[in-house]
Amino acid sequence: MKEKLQAIQADAIAKIEAANDLDALNEIKVNVLGKKGELTQVLKSMKDVAPEDRPKVGQMVNDTRSAIEEKLEAVKKDITKKQREEKMKNEVIDVTLPGTMHMKGHRHPNQIALEELERVFIGMGYEIVEGPEVEYDRYNFELLNIPANHPAKDEQDTFYITKDILLRTQTSPVQARIMETGRMPIRILAPGRVFRSDEVDATHSPSFHQVEGLVVDKNITFADLKGTLEQFAREFFGPETKIKLRPHHFPFTEPSAEVDVSCFKCGGKGCRMCKGSGWIEILGCGMVHPKVLKDCGIDPEEYSGFTFGIGLERVALLKYEIDDMRLLYENDMRFLKQF
Amino acid sequence: MNTPISWLKAYVPDLDVPVEKFVEDITMSGSHVESYEKKDKNLEKIVVGKIEKIERHPDADKLIICQVNIGADAPIQIVTGAPNVKEGDMIPTVLDGGKVAGGHDGGPLPENGIKIKKGKLRGVESFGMMCAIEELGSSRELYPEAPENGVYVFPADADVKPGDDAIEALGLHDAVVEYEITSNRVDCFSMVGMAREAAATYGLPFHPPVVPDTVKGGDVLNYASVEVEATDLCPRYCARVVKNLKIGPSPKWMRERLAAQGIRSINNLVDITNYVMEEYGQPMHAFDLDTVAGHKIVVKRAKDGDTFVTLDGQERTMDSGVLMICDGEKEIGIAGIMGGANSMVTDSISTLLFEAACFDGTNIRLASKRIGLRTDASSKFEKGLDPNLALEAINRACQLVEELGCGEVVEGVIDIYPNPVDPWELPFEPEKMNRLLGMNIPESTMLEYFDRLGLTYNKETNQLVIPTFRQDLHCMADLAEEVARLYGYDKLPSALPCGEATVGKKSFEMLVEDIVRDVCENNGFSGGMTYSFESPKVYDKLLIPEDSELRKAIVISNPLGEDFSIMRTVSLNGMITSLATNYNRRNKDARLYEIGNIYIPKALPLTELPEERKKLTLGMYGEGDFFTMKGVVEELFQKLGLYQAFTYNPQGGYPFLHPGRQAAIQKGEDVIGYIGQLHPEVVDNYDMKGEAYVAVIDLPMLASLATFDRKYEGIAKFPASTRDLSMVMDKSIFVGQIEEIIKKHGGKLLESYNLFDVYEGEQVGAGKKSVAYSMTFRAKDRNLEANEVNAITDKIVEALKKLGVELRG
Repeated sequence: MKEKLQAIQADAIAKIEAANDLDALNEIKVNVLGKKGELTQVLKSMKDVAPEDRPKVGQMVNDTRSAIEEKLEAVKKDITKKQREEKMKNEVIDVTLPGTMHMKGHRHPNQIALEELERVFIGMGYEIVEGPEVEYDRYNFELLNIPANHPAKDEQDTFYITKDILLRTQTSPVQARIMETGRMPIRILAPGRVFRSDEVDATHSPSFHQVEGLVVDKNITFADLKGTLEQFAREFFGPETKIKLRPHHFPFTEPSAEVDVSCFKCGGKGCRMCKGSGWIEILGCGMVHPKVLKDCGIDPEEYSGFTFGIGLERVALLKYEIDDMRLLYENDMRFLKQF
Repeated sequence: MNTPISWLKAYVPDLDVPVEKFVEDITMSGSHVESYEKKDKNLEKIVVGKIEKIERHPDADKLIICQVNIGADAPIQIVTGAPNVKEGDMIPTVLDGGKVAGGHDGGPLPENGIKIKKGKLRGVESFGMMCAIEELGSSRELYPEAPENGVYVFPADADVKPGDDAIEALGLHDAVVEYEITSNRVDCFSMVGMAREAAATYGLPFHPPVVPDTVKGGDVLNYASVEVEATDLCPRYCARVVKNLKIGPSPKWMRERLAAQGIRSINNLVDITNYVMEEYGQPMHAFDLDTVAGHKIVVKRAKDGDTFVTLDGQERTMDSGVLMICDGEKEIGIAGIMGGANSMVTDSISTLLFEAACFDGTNIRLASKRIGLRTDASSKFEKGLDPNLALEAINRACQLVEELGCGEVVEGVIDIYPNPVDPWELPFEPEKMNRLLGMNIPESTMLEYFDRLGLTYNKETNQLVIPTFRQDLHCMADLAEEVARLYGYDKLPSALPCGEATVGKKSFEMLVEDIVRDVCENNGFSGGMTYSFESPKVYDKLLIPEDSELRKAIVISNPLGEDFSIMRTVSLNGMITSLATNYNRRNKDARLYEIGNIYIPKALPLTELPEERKKLTLGMYGEGDFFTMKGVVEELFQKLGLYQAFTYNPQGGYPFLHPGRQAAIQKGEDVIGYIGQLHPEVVDNYDMKGEAYVAVIDLPMLASLATFDRKYEGIAKFPASTRDLSMVMDKSIFVGQIEEIIKKHGGKLLESYNLFDVYEGEQVGAGKKSVAYSMTFRAKDRNLEANEVNAITDKIVEALKKLGVELRG
């Protein structure tokens, strides 16, 4: 009996080892372990074995069965692995072929620059607000210390609708509107469209955008303005950016300054972008003029504030190295696609 | 404003910094330098040469060979084609290895100049070059003695000898600095003003001209009289008289200074008025007193419609807002703008009347605009001059007349100055200034700065006395700026605002806009930007009827042209124009969106601000159709919690859209926008071809409806029952009508419905279409019975039949 089992086992293992595919293995399994298989036949002949020997023989049969099953499993694993590898060999793709992209639209560069600005200032606690584009002379000029006949009115080449209503030349009227509400403290950023009667060319447009910032509270200082703008410049143009405040004049601020940032292209060494100076003019700012505070109903003895105005197109043109402002308003897909 | 450094040094003798540093320093102290030009740029190794001997060139008719004494042991040989030289002439001569600024033709100067090397001209050696004034980067404008064609020859009286620095001799070792002076600093539009700034910047002594005073009235009253009628427009009028005039050339120093300002020397008299205008910023005028009728000056308003011939020979029409200078009989000058041809100074003049006046700046500005004549004088007056400048300037002019020996100054001045402006006082508040600046600048430093600027301090009263030329100083903040700019903005500390914390945020409407942008871009639409103003012709292009409300647009009173003259009431024009731009540049597809305002007047002409409504405008051509566009709009609604909140009404009646391919987007009766294919005629009007689609959504309305509230409804536990409906109907029936019926009769148990087939063609017959829907029913709390679902389906079918729909299968 023992020999017979050993023979079955040896034969089965030899066949298993010779098998090339899963079908062959299955056939061996059926032939040896199946209902009519060789080993099953041996089990069936157990009735001819003496009862006292039966446990021993049973054990032998089970051992044989286990050995064969183990072998079957091992070889099955091998074959599966081989087959999978074979299959994968045929599935090699050219991974350098282009990816499939869903056609997406693009944000306007002006908008990208604006959102970046908003992100920086929201982080510093500024609320984004808007004001009307068609505005009263009172807000655009008078409350900003630009009375009737002030030469600044000419400088800004205003589009008028009526004597008192005009297209705002700046986002500064939003300052006056916010201050007038009397809600303190004020920390706002007011982006928007402004208008000046400039003919269209590579650097001018009769319609462009400004972003106005205003902070009014107790004890706001010129140093706070400088620090705020430094923070902004580093966030917006890069951590190495430096700023330079130069004295200037705006009717609604005192002291006033124009601000240059170190050229973000050459880092200040001087290049074509900064016309060799290492600096790029970026915005105007100052401490809110006490007369403006007063006219808007805020006591300049108690409160002080600063304000700044950024030309959005200017920033966008510089940041993306766009050489002609007209591109921003033409909406050529080949232009927009680059952002 | 331009200043030559050399002229500033006349008042600030200790000013001794390279121009490169000067421009940075003066910018940081408040006078922004726009550019500067070194007069001696690219002028190297140029000396005074004396021609000792001239010989003819053996092989060239037009060339001569000169032996030139350059102050060295032996003369050098130079071959030249200059036609104007003779032996003994002194000429600027560039030596071998030197440089000149440009060519003799006076064309644009090359950035790095032109190198001069020894060489041979037609076989004869030449060791340098004799220079034309143009080669020295200058012009005959500034050096009138230079010949039109040929090299510059120093005038016989020039104090030069061979070997001298020729550039020095020509006064070209100088730089001209151009500043952007802000409108508040009228005093800086003058040499004296800029010199004061330069001195203050460095803390150097400042020496303005010392001008002798004269008596008020006096002998001058025997020569002339002045009457100011319009005192409101002429706060001050000063007049002095010079007799026995000797007209002649001005001295070299004056010609050079004027030349550096780009002012051509005319004669001593004209030069003096120009010189004083540059020096003090005070325009002056000279009248030939013999042509002034009655030797009387009257300052009064013109009469409407008066015509007047100005110095330039032009006849101009006046109005009653224009201030005129008149004599006893007639008008002889437009005050502050230009003199008249009838009182013009000529070479035969013997007695003159100097005018130095202060005219109302605003009136000059407006008048010069109305007349259409802006002059050097008017541009100075319109800034609003300090009336106290007039007397000093006229005395300075008379001082120069005497110095230059061009006439006899009559004693006394006529000075009409009814309301003198006196210096005013401001309290000295160092702690307030420091608080505003966030600084701790010592009091003594502040006072030192004020002293530099010409402000005096009265310790007793703690008041600062503001000189009248500083018309911009009126409050503590003004003074704080003076302190800060002299201290240096670059030395100010940096801080950040402290105090009550604020929340940085965007409004809900802005968040909605952000989502709008995302959805548009996710669907291939790129952000565009178009103008808010446009041409009234747009309405015709868009086929908008004559009587449409949309034509009631706000008109700009001073537009850049008709094309930019009205504020848009429809957002489409910019979008279609952009599509057309892309189309005509042969871009295959274009998908654009814009968020921008339209402007709806409440009444015309405007009595109050118009309503500004933000519109989302989408436009596309190329790949995609109506339903592509509708998909974007629906996705947008879905993102904003408005899934299936809107209906699409084909009866919107938008004239610019294809009548059979348009829909008003509505919620009940409220229209939130529209969508459609552009009318083919509109497409034509914009020079495009093919189909283009647009959609416009009103953003305030969208934002008012939008919601980000979402509530979890649970995942269905009970099975759904589905029923399919397949039907045939007239093409004129819209699926929207069918969906209305399905929704209405489906009730609570209808979970969803889905259009899965639309077919038009032979199989259903002409004018018909077949449509198939799948409906899903489900109850949240139980299994649905088949007969419940059937009952609902039957009701739907019945209603559909009433609509004229034929059910199939």
